[in-house]
Amino acid sequence: MTLQISNMTRRFGPVDVLRGIDLTIGEGELIALLGPSGSGKTTLLKIIAGLDWPDAGGLSVQGEDWLPKTAQERRTGFVFQHYALFPHLKVRDNIAFGLTVMPRAQRPGKAQIAARVEELLHFLQIPALADRYPAELSGGQRQRVALGRALAISPPVLLLDEPFGALDAQVRRDLRRWLRGVHDATGTTTIFVTHDQEEAFELADRVVVMGAGRIEQTGRPDEIYDHPATPFVARFLGLTVEIPVTLRQGRAEAPGLDTSALPRRAMADGPATLFLRPADITPIPDPASPFRLTALTTTGATHRLVMEGPADCRPEAEVARRSAAALTVGQTLRLRPEAGQIFPGGPGAQTLPAAADNPRFKESTP
Amino acid sequence: MTTLPLPAWGVRPKRVLPGFGLTMGVTLAFLGIVVLLPTVALVLKGAEIGPARFWAIATAPRTFAALKLTLLAATMATIFNALYGLLMAWVLVRYDFPGRRLLDALVDIPFALPTAVAGLTLSALFSANGWYGAVLEPMGLPVVFTIWGVAIAMSFTSIPFVIRTVQPVLEDLDPQYEQAARTLGAGPFTCFVRVVLPAILPALVVGTTLSLARCLGEFGAIVFIAGNLPMKTEIASLLAVIRLEEYDYNGAAVIALVLLLIALALLAVSGLLQALATRHRGRAP
Repeated sequence: MTLQISNMTRRFGPVDVLRGIDLTIGEGELIALLGPSGSGKTTLLKIIAGLDWPDAGGLSVQGEDWLPKTAQERRTGFVFQHYALFPHLKVRDNIAFGLTVMPRAQRPGKAQIAARVEELLHFLQIPALADRYPAELSGGQRQRVALGRALAISPPVLLLDEPFGALDAQVRRDLRRWLRGVHDATGTTTIFVTHDQEEAFELADRVVVMGAGRIEQTGRPDEIYDHPATPFVARFLGLTVEIPVTLRQGRAEAPGLDTSALPRRAMADGPATLFLRPADITPIPDPASPFRLTALTTTGATHRLVMEGPADCRPEAEVARRSAAALTVGQTLRLRPEAGQIFPGGPGAQTLPAAADNPRFKESTP
Repeated sequence: MTTLPLPAWGVRPKRVLPGFGLTMGVTLAFLGIVVLLPTVALVLKGAEIGPARFWAIATAPRTFAALKLTLLAATMATIFNALYGLLMAWVLVRYDFPGRRLLDALVDIPFALPTAVAGLTLSALFSANGWYGAVLEPMGLPVVFTIWGVAIAMSFTSIPFVIRTVQPVLEDLDPQYEQAARTLGAGPFTCFVRVVLPAILPALVVGTTLSLARCLGEFGAIVFIAGNLPMKTEIASLLAVIRLEEYDYNGAAVIALVLLLIALALLAVSGLLQALATRHRGRAP
């Protein structure tokens, strides 16, 4: 189903949670709403489900206005972060719930419901769990049941709030692939919320990056990764090193910086900021450079370098263990970025949305 | 009845929390002296009577009528309490309105009020010239000196049990369960019956049992409004007092024992219902 959100705003007391969201989602797409906590992504998802209401704006599905409809009428089968499985019902009855509460006239027969549940249990690879209660399941199993419960009603759009947020790393990776498989098999338009860029990029057809109630960028994962549209997106995607530069003929220049590996940009001359990933920086010993190595720590396979440069600039770099063998704290280094993004304006010109103080912020799961 | 705080045999197991011996000893001593010993004494007293005489006393018309009235009125009061108490807890938890805290405080009044005061107040209100009685009696609905009066007095003093046990559970109920149910297509009523009610059922069972037990034992509030007509509006606990005043210790003991048996049966049924309602709380893997 196609889904259209136009100019949607939502405010909780003094806080603008959504400030004008425009988004169109196509039939069968798998969309990730990616952003730090407080960016409004879960609110947007709840509005689509009918669990919250916008102050202004429109929401339509297949051209039909959804805002006057209740959550009950929309039947999206919202999947909560902590699953919200009904504790007093067995797995089989949890999955059947949405079918058994249908109005009598449309409700399938008992045998039909049982058959549908059986089919889903096999499809989700959990037939052995059918007669257990949610309290007897692991987190990953609960997530599968929660998805089964939502899929049972064949929702027009499947909504998942931080679907893997409460799981450990290994289960997370397995379930991610599994969810992608489920989506490809059912073709249900799916929107999920996450603060984990790896998750969003691996799973989604299209990623919507949100910050402080606005959409910062929408695009395919590789597009966003290679071409972050705003400093906010750049920071959120791990381009955490910011070096003030001067643009001259499309090339960034700064003392101690070797930008020969970066392509020229069609941008006006003037002050700008170069955004880099720590792993994309190669440090080269150079006595003339203003960047002095102040700390050298190891995380196993890589070394982490902290340097001090002019104007309070403290770039960090990550290099492979063997190439850091010759480095000693106190020596000066020239920085050679292999990739990076340039945004016009000097330091401080890239005003940050309020919620994005720490771009690598990980939402804590309660 | 002696209670030893610690086992005198074998090795003393090491415990993480200190003070087990002392606290357990005090607990057992108190339970033994205040709860168990009197109960055992009562049972022994009843055993002296012998089953044939016991049966004869318990089924004597006046005793039987008193027990029947007590049970019937208590059941009526408890059914009302379960429904109205649930409604009241729902209103107090789910809606925010001016005066909610005042209403919440009002719930405790039946607990705080001496039952005799409650009885006097109720009989004044429901008597033929009282505020309520003046309306009800002309309609042919006399309350004072009828089983209705008994049930009303019982309900008044025991309804907080239902409200106060259901309220915290309802407060802790995560709204996500209901939200999930709504997005799966359930209407508000279905949602309540199939999601909320199962979650609060154990608490409701406990509250209702406590309320019923209190109804069976209520004395002070009832004797004022019931009129205490033998065979008609005389409750069991009052009859036990009358027997005692007549130095008929056996008669008093029989009535007391029957009430005790009913209370124990209630506890057993309540435990069973609770186990049924919480059977889904299995072990985590």
